[in-house]
Amino acid sequence: MTATVPRLTASFDDAPLTLVRRRWRPGLLLLLLVAFVGLPWLGNDYWLNAILIPFLVLSLAGLGLNLLTGYTGQTSVGAAGFMAVGAFATYGLLLRVPGLPLPLALLGGGVIAGVVGLLFGIPSSRIKGFYLMVTTLASQFFLEWVFAKFPWFYNYASSGTISAPRLELFGHNLATPVGRYLLTLSCVVLLTWVAANLVRSQVGRNWMAIRDMDTAAAVIGIAVERDKRMAFAVSSFYLGIAGALWAFAYLGTASAGSFDINRSFQILFIIIIGGMGSIVGSFIGAAFISLVPILLSHAGQWLFNGNVDAGQLQNLQKVLFGALIIGFLIKEPEGLARLLGDLRERIRVWPLRF
Amino acid sequence: MHATFKRSLAAIGLALGAYATLVPAAQAANEQFFPLATYRVGAYASSGIPVWAGMIDYLRYINDVEGGINGVKLVWQECETEWTAEKGIECYERFKNGLNGAPVAIYAPNGAPAAYALADKAEADRIPLITLGYGRTEATDGRVFPYNFPAMLTFYSEASAFINYVAEREGGLDKLKGKKIATVYHDSAYGRETQGPLALLAQKYGFENIQIAVADPGNEQAGQWRQVRQLKPDWVFLRTWGVSTPVAIKTAARFGYPVERIVGDIWASSNEDVLPAGEAGKGYLALTPYPGGADFDIHQRIRQYILDTGKSDLKDPKSFGSVYYNSGLVNAAIAVEAIRTGQKKFGNRPLNGEEGRWGLEHLDLGDARLKEIGFLGLMQPLKLSCSDHEGGGAAKVQQWDGQQWKLITDWVQADRVTLRPLIDAKAAEYAKEKGVSARDCAAQ
Repeated sequence: MTATVPRLTASFDDAPLTLVRRRWRPGLLLLLLVAFVGLPWLGNDYWLNAILIPFLVLSLAGLGLNLLTGYTGQTSVGAAGFMAVGAFATYGLLLRVPGLPLPLALLGGGVIAGVVGLLFGIPSSRIKGFYLMVTTLASQFFLEWVFAKFPWFYNYASSGTISAPRLELFGHNLATPVGRYLLTLSCVVLLTWVAANLVRSQVGRNWMAIRDMDTAAAVIGIAVERDKRMAFAVSSFYLGIAGALWAFAYLGTASAGSFDINRSFQILFIIIIGGMGSIVGSFIGAAFISLVPILLSHAGQWLFNGNVDAGQLQNLQKVLFGALIIGFLIKEPEGLARLLGDLRERIRVWPLRF
Repeated sequence: MHATFKRSLAAIGLALGAYATLVPAAQAANEQFFPLATYRVGAYASSGIPVWAGMIDYLRYINDVEGGINGVKLVWQECETEWTAEKGIECYERFKNGLNGAPVAIYAPNGAPAAYALADKAEADRIPLITLGYGRTEATDGRVFPYNFPAMLTFYSEASAFINYVAEREGGLDKLKGKKIATVYHDSAYGRETQGPLALLAQKYGFENIQIAVADPGNEQAGQWRQVRQLKPDWVFLRTWGVSTPVAIKTAARFGYPVERIVGDIWASSNEDVLPAGEAGKGYLALTPYPGGADFDIHQRIRQYILDTGKSDLKDPKSFGSVYYNSGLVNAAIAVEAIRTGQKKFGNRPLNGEEGRWGLEHLDLGDARLKEIGFLGLMQPLKLSCSDHEGGGAAKVQQWDGQQWKLITDWVQADRVTLRPLIDAKAAEYAKEKGVSARDCAAQ
């Protein structure tokens, strides 16, 4: 009896699939080129100050929360609290450590926010789901209270607000709209790059395993508690830097009230609408949340200027914005990133359907 | 396919439409632009709506009856800020370059968060900001804050005017010694702002300074008023805002503290603040730099030309003459008069921000001029200068009789000389933090 052992065909001797597809991405490079060179050159103050800077900062904040909520599955409604930590810490560092360069102060602010995040992440080892969400809610109110209550944090200003110290980098003044835009853009690009690599690394895969089922993750040997706390720390680091940029690159001032619960909800909505567990979703969500109301406002002004009562017009825009959110979420509960991804697939096979 | 194509067309149409709105058609005109950063939605909309009506009615009156400011017509456009800093910045950036060629001379941020956020931006763009009854107190020092005008009454002056009113009632400043004066305040930047000046004045006059905080939003104040009852202060300065004001008045009544001994501040001084308190509000006192009432001269003119001809922006005619409506009138009048002052130097044409600032810094509204424009009694004499961006510093005290406000004093002047060193110190600290150097006012 001769039995022939079936052999695998040669091509399967290699790994059946490649984990990371290395692709040349001209689109991304072009986007970066436009963002770094084209927009500062073309854009006026309105575009830079009122549209691009807030969009970028909110994207960064969304990205930070996405690492925690979208990738690790720990719902947080305390995002703005950590932004406040970043803003006040950066301010304190710039004020009290003479000669500290801006990038180090930003980094320091982020690290302090990360440590605070780690602290508030400790309950995550015991509780989860809605219960954890409530502890993040508590952190939100606690941090807001701290920055209103203790005048040391805002350098005893009578109004309780902090204002941007001189934004300088190697002697260059960054206080102009273009300077502030480039500062924000550089931070966002760098941190997005880090985040994209992070979620593809061992750490990111651990996070996603925890998100999908933490018992199973523990069974295969992932240190669930440690990784959850780490997610809190990294997410807070991102949020802290976003908070500092929000305060100094965008508003130019901040108080505890700038980082209230509504800001937390805004960031949570960004990732829900943009797409949980998607880096590009944070950007799409931020674009939707920050740009659509402005577009509606301009459209309202243009279409009905003077003919419709101003108060009604404002309320109408709110209604329309809400309806759009509901519409998109019904169409695609996984967020706009998924919607656009599907669209891209369809365009790829157009005019056929798949 | 067909549907998709139609949808694409619609999308292109929308995009084009959006683009068209962002690119205003250029046209030069003899017009001055008044940007209106308003809040008609959100938590504070009910306070805001009468303010915008007051402003718009006055601008309309200037345009339709007086033919503009020396022939320069006024144009305005609204932008919704929702009382937030972000939207406030968006509106400011949208408006700062003017409207269809009509330049901006003066910008009113209308909201504390936006005022703080815009302070530096407006200075860089050379557009003066006026903040009436709010904003940075230290901006009174125009040497450090050249483009910020907390005109008429800052929180420091308000505190001092309150103490001076109490002294008037007690029979002199020397009678303040040993008196107990409590401040029940909204625990926020706004509420804490008067702590500095009151501490200074307490030291000077020897009264006992009691500070009692009410946490936001303040819809439960039993603890605070129990404390008030125990301490039995002679006077209570009520620095709450929004819902916390009527709650305070009602709770005070419940604990038996006499309402005639409570003096509300600017943001606790309108009809909207006392009406919900009902009977308990009868006899409540309040400080205000723009008293309520529809019997001032300007009201007769506006009633005749704007209200009765149906041109008013007011939805509810009952609000005509309310404190907030009158604040809108005063706000608009200061801007109009500043432009008029500027025109004397720069000619009868639309002014830009820098020229608007010159106008503000040389604004001098005496009683004679106030009578001419119909604001005598409604607005205090106001004289601004390079080093003094506040000017007046006086308030009237009004009393609620259950139906309306009755003025019970003339202008109560704040002791600005005593407080000025405090303001200068804060401004110097700000200048140091920011690394800016103060202007030399003698050179201006």
